Amino acid sequence: MSVDLATVRHIAHLARISISDEDAKNMEGDLNSILEWVEQLSEVDTDGVEPMTSVVHMEMKKRDDVVSDGGYAEKIVHNAPAYEETFFMVPKVIE
Amino acid sequence: MSDLTTLTIAEARAKLDAGEISSVELTQAFVDEIDKADALNAFITKTPEKALEMAAQSDQRRAKGEAAGKLEGIPVGIKDLFCTEGTLTTAGSHILDGFVPDYDSTVTTNMWRDGAVMLGKLNLDEFAMGSSNETSYYGPVVNPWQRKGSNAKLVPGGSSGGSATSVRANLCMAATATDTGGSIRQPGAFTGTVGLKPTYGRCSRWGIVAFASSLDQAGPITKTVEDAAIMLGSMAGHDVKDTTSVDVPVPDYEAVLTGDIRGLKVGIPKEYRVDGMPSEIEDLWAKGIEWLKSAGAEIVDVSLPHTKYALPTYYIVAPAEASSNLARYDGVRYGLRVEGDDIIDMYEKTRAEGFGEEVKRRILIGTYVLSAGYYDAYYLKAQKVRTLIARDFTQAFETVDVMLTPSTPSPAFGIGERMDDPLAMYLNDIFTVSLNMAGLPGISVPAGISQEGTPLGLQLIGKAFDEATLLRTGQIIEQAAGDLPTPASWWKEMS
Amino acid sequence: MSLIQGATGDWEIVIGLEVHAQISSQSKLFSGSSTEFGAQANSQVSMVDAAMPGMLPVINKYCVEQAVKTGLGLKAEINLYSVFDRKNYFYPDLPQGYQISQFKHPIVGEGIVYLDMKDGETIEVGIERLHMEQDAGKSMHDQHPSMSFVDLNRSGVALMEIVSKPDMRSSEQARAYVTKLRTILRYLGTCDGNMEQGSLRADVNVSVRRPGDELGTRCEIKNVNSIRFIGQAIEFEARRQVDIIEEGGEIVQQTRLFDPKSGTTRAMRSKEEAHDYRYFPDPDLLPLEIEQSMVDELAANLPELPDGKKARFIEEYGLNPYDAGVLIMDKASSDFFEDVAKGRDARLAVNWVTGDFFGAINKAGLDVASSPISADQLGALIDLIKDGTISGKIAKQVFEIIWEEGGDPAEIVESRGLKQVTDTGAIEAAVDAVIAGNPEKVEEVKAKPNMLGWFVGQVMKATQGKANPQAVNQLLRQRLGLD
Repeated sequence: MSVDLATVRHIAHLARISISDEDAKNMEGDLNSILEWVEQLSEVDTDGVEPMTSVVHMEMKKRDDVVSDGGYAEKIVHNAPAYEETFFMVPKVIE
Repeated sequence: MSDLTTLTIAEARAKLDAGEISSVELTQAFVDEIDKADALNAFITKTPEKALEMAAQSDQRRAKGEAAGKLEGIPVGIKDLFCTEGTLTTAGSHILDGFVPDYDSTVTTNMWRDGAVMLGKLNLDEFAMGSSNETSYYGPVVNPWQRKGSNAKLVPGGSSGGSATSVRANLCMAATATDTGGSIRQPGAFTGTVGLKPTYGRCSRWGIVAFASSLDQAGPITKTVEDAAIMLGSMAGHDVKDTTSVDVPVPDYEAVLTGDIRGLKVGIPKEYRVDGMPSEIEDLWAKGIEWLKSAGAEIVDVSLPHTKYALPTYYIVAPAEASSNLARYDGVRYGLRVEGDDIIDMYEKTRAEGFGEEVKRRILIGTYVLSAGYYDAYYLKAQKVRTLIARDFTQAFETVDVMLTPSTPSPAFGIGERMDDPLAMYLNDIFTVSLNMAGLPGISVPAGISQEGTPLGLQLIGKAFDEATLLRTGQIIEQAAGDLPTPASWWKEMS
Repeated sequence: MSLIQGATGDWEIVIGLEVHAQISSQSKLFSGSSTEFGAQANSQVSMVDAAMPGMLPVINKYCVEQAVKTGLGLKAEINLYSVFDRKNYFYPDLPQGYQISQFKHPIVGEGIVYLDMKDGETIEVGIERLHMEQDAGKSMHDQHPSMSFVDLNRSGVALMEIVSKPDMRSSEQARAYVTKLRTILRYLGTCDGNMEQGSLRADVNVSVRRPGDELGTRCEIKNVNSIRFIGQAIEFEARRQVDIIEEGGEIVQQTRLFDPKSGTTRAMRSKEEAHDYRYFPDPDLLPLEIEQSMVDELAANLPELPDGKKARFIEEYGLNPYDAGVLIMDKASSDFFEDVAKGRDARLAVNWVTGDFFGAINKAGLDVASSPISADQLGALIDLIKDGTISGKIAKQVFEIIWEEGGDPAEIVESRGLKQVTDTGAIEAAVDAVIAGNPEKVEEVKAKPNMLGWFVGQVMKATQGKANPQAVNQLLRQRLGLD
């Protein structure tokens, strides 16, 4: 499997990274050499092998339903590039 | 008293306990050294005022008899992947510009609880993605070591390059680091420091900027194995805020350093004898085997048949997780924002400018392997191979207690030498990465000096949650290797 | 089957719904911040909800239990092993850049919901699955000319997404389905079902086809937040699709928005591009494994559900299926009915509860809980009818008095002299007076016996409604020689 320029552009858009023509070309080469290299995994017989879900074998701990966090809107927004009162501000979204 | 900075934690602790020195004196010595070491570029943020204030508080606690912590008064450096309350945290990335967290990671919280003093935030590969510390937005970190007869700048390894360099150059007593595919052990080997990657789940990941969640694990970089035991004892522990942290007791690691490994079964995985391995690496490995044998260990040949697939597996799993983990850097809630025509344009410009080349490369690979139509062929396949890699270890550990391998296939290389070829760079992690895939602990211990005059390390791989055996065995290697040279402090003349 | 008529023949509507029901929990699915509605922007947000670097999710045990409970209420299979996946996409109110959801292994599998339609038909709607997921925050677009405002208070609130099979064929059925689902959730107490506050929303999938044909291409109408709107959206959307096909066009699969003002749907601009969500298991969480014993315990303590209660009402109180169906739709109403009916004439109780009582609270815009008349008062009123103290007509008068002024029905009847007159002497006097006063009518009634009602009315008027109607009737027949 290999990627072409259009695919590079498509995945860059999915990942929300704008990419220049030149960068896309370079990336196409890099991605293809990496993909070609990982291709060797197809040699491995994985029939009947369960995919790894977690290296730690234990039951997932669950927390009780109590309010123990929040209540600091100022801290939530103060690092934001733009905010007003305690709202984050972003370029207008059209739904 | 500049020689204070060459002390180990254990030595400094003894002097502090005996009242020979204060934490403020000790801390001031490091603050001074740090100021002379800008040429190494190990720190992204220096926090001398905070350090001296924390040191003064430690001295006060000690004066009142309240000092109890394992790290009471010990000045440390923090890899800039750990969030620190009120101190800029960057992950080595432009995209986190100006981000000042309102919280401390669990690991650093544990260390402050135990009395540690923060000297500053250490440089790293951007989002811990790299093996040479050249991908940092804040520029490459320079290895304190230079080749014999050369002043060419070498890489310290990565991603915890700032941690390794600062420990080796006596800019801090110890440093926190993280290891996703070798990011503690490989820089440890390149700088002649001890790098311990604990079992996945041993240290909480809460508050550490995530790279690949199923692989990331925090650990220490120190001058000695004993110091690694001290650091791990403080950093480790179950955390209810991290579902993947494991609720098992943390042993007294200092107490396990008995020097006795008689009867220990040490596995030598034959698959680590790779084609084209430099003879000096092979010789070092053979030396390590001899050292352990003469200390009473039994050497056993073992096989880890899927070893060669660990790196390609890693380069599917880690980028996939990273592509998702790094989606939160979108210019909305913190960090960099580059204005755009609309919201999508803002996202795309922010992320294009905010992320460096290697990070983008991995996000794109990760996005691709998870995308519709490719998930089964790449991600699912890789997770299945991962099961086989883990199974190899489980089977091998039925007959041995610990395994010995080289840490890296080569000593430190020059800055810029391998930046054009991502694949060649990835191969640095060939010996370190497979145990991340299985969640196992590993330690790199300085074991010798290359023909170029730079350090080399040996790696021990342990059973899950058996860091104790790694530390005990690691100390045997450390002692057998004897007093290794330290680098000449050329950087001081450059400041 | 309800079909829509097009210019070229009949069309069948096929509807499937994805209902998002907020789990009634104090704190969020993966963090300890509050779920309370209507607080200051971003004040109920933790560092985890805001996706600050290094933050990790920890699951809320109560939410897991509520999802299982809901699964049991939908007669569905409970999966002891389920997995949380990340659904990756960028949106300003989705701080992580992914939603934690369940994709391949949901906690609840196939189940069923029964709908009682007005015409007496019962329809089965299959449940495909139920999974847990995080809610997103809220973007507001009308506060600023060029910026949207983002509030993450809802971000991370626990939702159950309940996915139906495409088993509905009309907007009535879709409305009945959501109504029934809401009733079940409220009986279970797992979701408050409050659609105005967004605790319950539906994504409506609509397609049309010729009866018997393969499924057509569907459009998804996002986030419809009232049962009435769901009906309107389906009606509009089905008609739109029929018109397109009949004009030779093709339906494009897309996500649409319903505009309540115009009653129309339009394509969402932000969803125009094809999505590739890149689902994969969330590596910050472990697989969710639950014990059969926990499921058994929840099953053993499950409250009575609407279908069971309906069957019991029919069985125990002899109600007809329609009345029983109306009563059980609201848990409070059915509880009210049972309090009224217990130990009394069920027929009388159901008539009073569904008739006068519901009529009065609806007219006043109240609900059962805020009604000024309690079940005890209504029960006592019915007791007075039953033992002949008052007539049904007087009872309506007493009902109004209690509604306005409160008080004990027996005391009101006593103090206001509303007691039914059963004293034969008094009734005889009134009857005789009416007969004496209307000789021509007396002649008429002999030829037309159904004029008897007029005489009854006159006597009741003369006694201010207090005479026992049966006694009046009997006496009149006697005196007029109608027997």
